[in-house]
Amino acid sequence: MTKGIYTILENRALTPDVYLMRLAGDTSALTNPGQFINIALDGFYLRRPISVCDYNDREITIIYKVVGRGTEKMKSMTEGQTLDVLCGLGNGFDTAKCGDKPVVVGGGVGVPPMYGLAKALIAQGKEVTAILGFNTASELFYKEEFEALGCKVIVTTVDGSEGTKGFVTNALPEIEYTDYSACGPEPMLKALYNATDKKGQLSFEERMGCGFGACMGCSCKTIYGNKRICKEGPVLVSDEILWEK
Amino acid sequence: MKDLKVNLSGWELDNPIIPASGTFGFGYEFAELYDINILGSFSFKGTTKDPRFGNPTPRIAECNMGMINSVGLQNPGVEKVISEELPKMRKVFNKKVVANVSGFSVDEYVYTCEKIDKEPDVGIIEVNISCPNVHNGGMAFGTSCENAAAVTKAVKAVTTKPVYIKLSPNVTDIVSIAKACEEAGADGISMINTLLGMRVDLRTKKPVVANKMGGFSGSAILPVALRMVYQVYEAVNIPIIGMGGVSCAEDVIEMMLCGATAVQVGAANLVNPYACRDIIEDLPRVMEKYKIEKLSDIIGGAH
Repeated sequence: MTKGIYTILENRALTPDVYLMRLAGDTSALTNPGQFINIALDGFYLRRPISVCDYNDREITIIYKVVGRGTEKMKSMTEGQTLDVLCGLGNGFDTAKCGDKPVVVGGGVGVPPMYGLAKALIAQGKEVTAILGFNTASELFYKEEFEALGCKVIVTTVDGSEGTKGFVTNALPEIEYTDYSACGPEPMLKALYNATDKKGQLSFEERMGCGFGACMGCSCKTIYGNKRICKEGPVLVSDEILWEK
Repeated sequence: MKDLKVNLSGWELDNPIIPASGTFGFGYEFAELYDINILGSFSFKGTTKDPRFGNPTPRIAECNMGMINSVGLQNPGVEKVISEELPKMRKVFNKKVVANVSGFSVDEYVYTCEKIDKEPDVGIIEVNISCPNVHNGGMAFGTSCENAAAVTKAVKAVTTKPVYIKLSPNVTDIVSIAKACEEAGADGISMINTLLGMRVDLRTKKPVVANKMGGFSGSAILPVALRMVYQVYEAVNIPIIGMGGVSCAEDVIEMMLCGATAVQVGAANLVNPYACRDIIEDLPRVMEKYKIEKLSDIIGGAH
């Protein structure tokens, strides 16, 4: 983990509620797709944990949904403004656990970290399918970007206004895959887990205090004992998950 | 050269800064970030007789200038703390530590404190009778003079190290409880624990944290903590470790002027993992500004 000041390069809407922000700064603490950063905002006590969509040696792309007053403030920020950021948090996805034909599954604002994973898997020569799930066509983002990576992309919408009608699990029978990786709301993760016998890596969300393992605010039980979503997570492997809720 | 040394019951600390229990784990997350040996000491994660997972999640809610937690004393239990956590801690921290102990009965406090007392790495035992996040215990011992005195007396009977009792602010008269602890043999007072609070999620229209209520901490509670330390300082003759909303060197000075001998920093560590390092580095500058040569000279100076 590093703490640093990052400069906003770009902050633009992808949909009415979802924004893309590019930040310039030290990315040396990022080691895996699916890790997150924790952003301090003036006037707010706790930081905002946001997953990394993509990064290179000098900049980070995040995609966030405006859900409360903190992200409302973030969306109003402009190029050149700076943010205090804790970078390189959590374990992220392990590409070594993925087979030759992995499927990456993102639900809503769970789509962004799957982009970084898909990019890494394609770079390793794997044949990647991406299932991107949304409620409705107007919420859709990043389809072209996944296609540009070289993924086969399947969009699902709950109301059927774009792609396959229904949930991400409705798209599973259409494809051949060795394993899955996913990020999205917990009901989606659980539905995926129940819909397939294949192994998976699932990225969980939880309200966090610190984001770096100090406060025990985001603990969960696994078959290997207690884990912190922010430190030993957010990615858990399917074998270890205890569905409690 | 400014003198930052303070003395807690014969234990000399290089400076008064002690990360508060539950915000610093057993030190090693922070040792990856900076050399934690610059600290006066730190208070380790609240330890109980048996392992505890704690409360269901969500356990955290944000507030203006603060936060609510309902972690509920998640810890691996005293046996594992002694056999696994303390040896790991020793590799990154070469000073004595404050051992924070909690329990659900007088017998549990006695059991855990007796074990912890034998650990050479422990400087003082901080007995938490004020956790707002657990039922049938925790805070229940800190809300009546009789219970507070009973725990103090029982723990003192089985320990050799200084015993500091950590008090709850969720009482009508914290002064009488502090006095009851002093009369029962406490070597010092540690105060304040978090204030019981809650938030409601407007989307679900239900409490944000699963346990409904939790402990409110952060900058917002500093004035309450200062007032209580000030009141207790007037009433007791044992040292006070002051805490509650401290986030900068100025807050430390203010807390000491109210009567604290040492100062714990809690929630600030979670927002800025370098908070304690920053405070320690900034203290000499703030002392110079307010013409303080020796920090221990200002203890209780506001009275």
